[in-house]
Amino acid sequence: MKRLILWTPLVVFVLFLIVFAVGIKKPEGRIISSHMIGKPLPRFALEPGMAAQPGLASIDFRDGTPKLLNVFASWCVPCVAEAPQLMQLKQAGATIEAVAIRDRPEDITDFLKRYGNPYQRIGSDPTSSLQIALGSSGVPETFVIDGKGFIRHQHIGDIRPENVPELLAELEKAR
Amino acid sequence: MTTCICALGVQAHADSSLPPAPLSYTQLPDPKQEAQAKALMESLRCLVCQGQSIADSDAEMAGDMRALVRQKIAAGESPDQIRTWLVDRYGKWVSYDPPFDAMTAPLWILPLLLVGIGIWLACGRFRRRR
Repeated sequence: MKRLILWTPLVVFVLFLIVFAVGIKKPEGRIISSHMIGKPLPRFALEPGMAAQPGLASIDFRDGTPKLLNVFASWCVPCVAEAPQLMQLKQAGATIEAVAIRDRPEDITDFLKRYGNPYQRIGSDPTSSLQIALGSSGVPETFVIDGKGFIRHQHIGDIRPENVPELLAELEKAR
Repeated sequence: MTTCICALGVQAHADSSLPPAPLSYTQLPDPKQEAQAKALMESLRCLVCQGQSIADSDAEMAGDMRALVRQKIAAGESPDQIRTWLVDRYGKWVSYDPPFDAMTAPLWILPLLLVGIGIWLACGRFRRRR
């Protein structure tokens, strides 16, 4: 019994070392998911991201049909990677609204001309204010919003081909 | 080829071409409010650099968060209200000032417990020696 007590400090120390080693080895960059899922969209009204299309406001999400809200930017490289998948979602009947983070009208126009325009409305968020209010921490991210304006699902990062059916199913679930 | 190099450049430096938000690098005119904002910014985590506070980070998003904090302070919100607002969006992880709850209790209680055990062990040894 006494032996055992003498060994405990060493055992505890080794346990600490193991915990530290595991923590240091763990890769950086964790995914921060939004805590806004299940909550209503924050109230906002954004100016149009470019002249050709209307801006975006929270009331646009209360018309009864579930929609996708795509958080993107023309300066964001993974946004280029997900462009074909957004077009695919649009062709499958999804309504996609967009918020352009820290972007300029001419850059948005150029980006959509190059990679296709799947959006119905584009709101401009020059100071990331809506992005922060949504609990989003990067571009691209895609939210599923139901017909009453509640956030139902968040997809972090670019939409890969295998995510397309997932998002369509989430839209169906939000109906 | 040129476009190729350009694309790589964008990827390595994925920042927008917009200037920083007005209040991200500008202090509030009221020194008392600025002090409040500064203290709060030092205890909020930057979401893209993750090891730094938003006060220390040069990331664009950290700048936008600083601007948001200053705007809210200037509008009369208390630092606690702003912290809660951000925790509601990003979880407790965004705050460097963790509350005392079931999750964090071991962090506070364990050291006290260990010191207690140490004192108890030491007392035992000294008594035996006498």
